[in-house]
This record gives sequence, C-alpha cells and structure tokens, in this order.
Amino acid sequence: MTIFFAILFTVATLVLVVGLGLKIARYARTPAPLKIPTTPAPLTAPGVAFRLAREAVVFESLFKANKPLWIFAALFHFGLAVVLLRHVRYFETQVGPVIALIQPFAVPAGLAMLAGLLALLARRFVIERVRYITGPSDILMLVLLLGITVTGMMMTNHVHTDVVAVKAFFTGLLAFELRPLPADPLLIVHLLLVAALMIVFPFSKLLHAPGLFFSPTRNQTDTPRERRHLCDWAAKLEEKVN
Amino acid sequence: MAAPFDTPELGDVEERRIPALKPGAMAESKPYVAAAVHQEPLGFPGVLEDGWEKKAIGHMGELLSKYRSLQVFMDICVKCGACTDKCHYFLGTADPKNMPVGRADLFRSVYRRYFTPAGKIAPGLVGARDLTRDVLDEWYNYFHQCSQCRRCSVYCPYGIDTAEISMAARDIMDSIGQGQKYCNEIIGKVHKIGNNLGLPAPALLDTLEGLEEDIEADTGVPVKLPIDVQGAEVLLVTPSADFFAEPHVLGLIGYAKVFHAAGVSWTLSTKASEAGNFGMFIGNYEQMRKISMRVREAALELGVKRIIFGECGHAWRVAYSFLNTLAGPWDFLDPRYPVPQHILEFTNDLIERKGVKLDKSGNDGMVLTVHDSCNVARGARMGDRPGGQFTIPRAVIKASVPKFVDMHPDTICEKTFCCGGGGGLLTDELLELRVKGSAPRMEALKAVVEQEGVTHMAAMCAICKAQFTKVLPYFGHDREMVVSVHQLVSNAIILGDND
Repeated sequence: MTIFFAILFTVATLVLVVGLGLKIARYARTPAPLKIPTTPAPLTAPGVAFRLAREAVVFESLFKANKPLWIFAALFHFGLAVVLLRHVRYFETQVGPVIALIQPFAVPAGLAMLAGLLALLARRFVIERVRYITGPSDILMLVLLLGITVTGMMMTNHVHTDVVAVKAFFTGLLAFELRPLPADPLLIVHLLLVAALMIVFPFSKLLHAPGLFFSPTRNQTDTPRERRHLCDWAAKLEEKVN
Repeated sequence: MAAPFDTPELGDVEERRIPALKPGAMAESKPYVAAAVHQEPLGFPGVLEDGWEKKAIGHMGELLSKYRSLQVFMDICVKCGACTDKCHYFLGTADPKNMPVGRADLFRSVYRRYFTPAGKIAPGLVGARDLTRDVLDEWYNYFHQCSQCRRCSVYCPYGIDTAEISMAARDIMDSIGQGQKYCNEIIGKVHKIGNNLGLPAPALLDTLEGLEEDIEADTGVPVKLPIDVQGAEVLLVTPSADFFAEPHVLGLIGYAKVFHAAGVSWTLSTKASEAGNFGMFIGNYEQMRKISMRVREAALELGVKRIIFGECGHAWRVAYSFLNTLAGPWDFLDPRYPVPQHILEFTNDLIERKGVKLDKSGNDGMVLTVHDSCNVARGARMGDRPGGQFTIPRAVIKASVPKFVDMHPDTICEKTFCCGGGGGLLTDELLELRVKGSAPRMEALKAVVEQEGVTHMAAMCAICKAQFTKVLPYFGHDREMVVSVHQLVSNAIILGDND
C-alpha cells in the first residue's frame, strides 16, 4: 500500500513535471511570426504583464463574456487556490506563516470549490449551447475534480484521517524515505484521484493554465510600427527570395 | 446556390437574444471551389488529388510548428462556452458549428486524432476524428463562414482567436487543391494586374481624370488625383474599390480634398493600386508577403517619404500590424512619421492642428453613427494610444457632421460586430450567410434609427461599404445609408483659403 502510493506519486510527479515541461518548451519554441495582439492592447512589456495578470487572477475577458460563468469559475479557482496553499503543510516540516494564516479559510474554500464545480457541471447539461460542445472528457474532468473535492472535504469535516501520518508520508517521499500511509478508504480514493489528475494534466485541457501565458493575442505588445517583428523562419524566407 | 432564404427578424438590441440551436442550418452554404486556373498561379495544386489526407496532415504539422497561436489554441480550449453567443454568424444563423468553439472543434478534432496521445488512444473520449472527405467538406463550408473578425478572441478567457484557426484551415485546403475561387482569383489579379478588381493602369488613369473633372465641376477647385508621380511626399495606398464603387469613391474624393487643402504632395501608384491583402484571408504568409512587397517597391520607385493607407479594414490590419514584418524595414522613409499611417490619422491630425477647416453645414440634415470595422477595431490601432482606432474616426466624423450617435455599447469599439462580409466572404454565392451575419449589426442600427433619428452609418472599410450597400435593403434601409468617413470630410471641408 505505502509502496504502491510511493511509486504512484513519484510517477505522477514525473509525468506532470516532464509532460508539462515539454509542452511549455514547445509553446516557447514555436515562433509567433506576426503581431496579433487582440487590440486595444498594451504598448509596453509591463503593460502586457498587467494584462496577463488581470486575465490570470480576475479572468478579465471572461467577465466581459459571461457573468454567471465568471462567478462559477471564480468560486472554483479561488477555492482551489486556497485549498492548494493549505495542502502545502503536508509537504513542509515547518509550517510557514502564510500557510498558517489561511488555515481557517480551508472549509469555506472547499465549499466554494464544490459549489463552483457543481454549477459548472450543471450548465453542461442545462444550457443547450454548452451541452452541444461538451464531450465525455469535459464531464469526466469535472467529475474527477468533484471526487477530489468531496473526499477531501469529508476527511476534513467528517471521517478524519491521520493527517500527521499523511504528512510524514509525503515529507518522507521528499526525503526519499518510506513512511507508512494510513489505509483509510477516503484517503486512498482522494490520493488516487489526485494522482490521476496529475497524470492527465499535460495531455488535457488543463493546459489552459500555462497556455494562457503563451497566447499571442494576450502576451504581445502593440508595437508593430515601432519595432520590426521578424521570426527566424520568416527571416530565412527573405534571404531565399531577395 | 441562390436559393431563397428568409431575412432574419430583428430583435431588441437590449435583450441580446440568443437563438436556440439549429444544427445543420448552414451545412449547405459554401463558396465556389477554385479551379486549377485560380489555384496554380499561386503555386497551389489545381485539384484535390489522391493522398490529400496525408498531405493535409503533413501541412497541419508544419503550421503547428510555425505558428504558436495555432499550437496553443489547439491545446488550451476548456469548452467553457464563453464564446458561444458572440459570433455574428451564429447569432444570425443559429447553426452550432458557427459558434466559435464549434468551428474551432472542426479543426481541433483532427488535431487531436493525429497529434495528441489522448486522441490516438481514445478518440471517442476526447472528440477526435479522422480527416475524411466528409470532414474536409465540413471544413470547406464552415471555415468559409468565418469572417476572421476576432470578436470571439475578445471574450475568450485565453484569447483563442478563431481567425487564426480559419486561416490555418484555409491554408491547408489550398495546399491540397481545395481552395476558394473568390480569394484565389483575386490574388491572381493582384499579381497580374496590380489590384483586386483587375483595373489596368490605363483604365485607372482614365477614372482618376474623370474624378478630377467631377470635383472641379462641383467645387470650382482643381483638386488633383495624381498617380505615379516621382518624388511626391506621400504614397497613398487604397482599396481598388475606392476608384469606382459607391460610397467608396466619395471617400477617395475626400482624401484628395484633404491633401489639397493641406498642401501636401501625394501620389497613387499603378503598381500598388490595391491596399487589400487577401493573402491574410487564405492564411498564407508567403502570399501576404508577396502582395505587401508591391507597396515597398512602389515606395522605393517613386521616392516618397511617407506611406498612407486609405479606408479599409483588413488592409489596415495587414498594413498596421504586419507590413513592417512583411516588407520592412522602412528606414528609407521619413522617420518622423509612423509607417504606414492611416488616412484618418493624417486627417485627424490636420483637424487638430487647424491645418484643414471643416464646415458641418456641408452635411446638414444628417445624423451619423459609425460602424467600427472589425479588423481596425481588434487587429490594429490608430494614433499613439490604445483605442485610438475608436476615438480618431469618431473625432473626424464629429468634426464633419452636425450630430453623431453611437450604437449600443455591446456592438461598438472592441465589441463591434463584423459587417457580415469580411474575411473573403464578399461573394454573391454566400449572400444568405452575408445577410444573416449582418443581422446583429442591423439590430443595433435599427435601435439608433428609431430612437435617435440616425440617417447614415459611416464605415471605414471597403468590404463593410460594399457589404452594407448590398444588405441594407434587405432590412428596409436605403443602400445609400452607408457612407465613407472621408465622404463626410469631403462634404464639410473648406477648399481654397487654407494655407
């Protein structure tokens, strides 16, 4: 059991890190031959950083597009952010001040995640246009996240697991030491689902997280007249023809 | 192709009505396929040949490695649906494959099948499919129902721009011999004759002479429309529709009057007698570059110091955003001016500096609104501040007319709707699509006509002007309701005593 999860999380971490690394490397390596920011766009690099920050933190474009969806997305993502931060305590021997500070928000954050996910799932069935574009993988992704959220919340609120042992297991893994993992069914399901999420991350639409920062319509400055933008393959074309 | 169709009923712009889905509603809509005679001059195969599937996938792989936009946009869509009610073609036709995500998925499903592990292992789970003849036909029909207006990219939380995907799909189809007649025939004319309309130089000279006579008869002032003048200060590159179509030509007269009143020497060019660049519509970098190089060659040959573009939407996107990349560097031009400039930047600057004087009574009785052209609004800029593409045209219009009113805020500026005829779709066999796609704009126009007494809508794009001239009567308006921005300037400008 302990050995199985030790191997599983090592593999899942490798898949996540290497898979994501390769994808990000591909995005970074692929040239953007033309200036295509969606205008009006910032004229400076700090301006672009601010635009990306607004997209990543407050979902600016989504706010323009669809207010209910924006609320559901915000509930889920902000909830997730708090919950993820709170889980840092399972990996550090000495719990830092920030992590300690957010401890009381764990339960509301979990509820926000749950509410957000349920709403996101419901609209995939209720709204005709969204139902049309929904595939099995879109439903499965939400179910996976719901599974993780529900099992996690049940352990926090109802069927407590031995969190000290869980912490020992993960800090042990980080130090390449095997320490026993409690054999609670909820914990096992929770961890299996988390490992699954880590493994599918680089192969799924979860790539929207790193992808946003490589989106040329959002990450380019609006300076085509001021500075000549020329990618390598386009430059080679000039040598060939001229 | 010219089957009868119903003109959409217009709702209340405030209600933002979203139609219930009608799957397959526009499945039969498609433009004529290019013949070999239109394909081959551009270096594309004449017809679809055996083995096209493999070739198409090969070309897709190449585009994925050359365009970050395509690679990223293929991966990051979460199917949230934020774009589903934003496309004018969806709002006008209710066909779910005209929802931006629905359209992109036609491409994405093939990408997943051939380029992702999930699509190779479990195609059904992630909606992956083989590239078959049926899929190709669907691509052809629906990627010619996108005007590349980028409205979806404003609302997408990740900035996914369906225009990029449509361009890639069209480029792949060209590369296997399934091109579109309208665009490819026009590009052939640009290479052969110099402009989209195929106006040869003698006809052009004749037209300009006639216009000079008209202006002098009308105003008593000898305003010139010079062409191929060595050593002129400004090279004006304008869409060829400006030479004869209405209301385009009234705009051209406006540019001429502004240059005259400002005392700036200028010239047109027979070589670069076209601002439009349909290379963008077909998503082909090399074609786009080849067409752009004419402007560089003309500027060098004529020894001008500045380049100014006339009113045209996609032409301005290519000029503003791509020209420096495609045909730069422009170090031989006067560094005090941006290259290129828009005629509206030029005119607005003159108005602000009192270099030209306008008398609004020249447009007495007119109440104006403005249609922000999609490619100007979301693919380019004017002036030195973000959003200048919205404030500058409005400033010029307001200086020229007694009353100006904006349409509903969800339909202007960055949220503007396409006219319904952009992106290489301004062809008669697509008339049903064009009329239905213009419905969202017509809905917003109707509101200001009824509530504010708007009499005319100004446009700053050759395609918008031609499209509205054609579709306005379907919605009970006069075709002359659409006017060029510089037509208004032309009516208001005081000639003669400016110095």
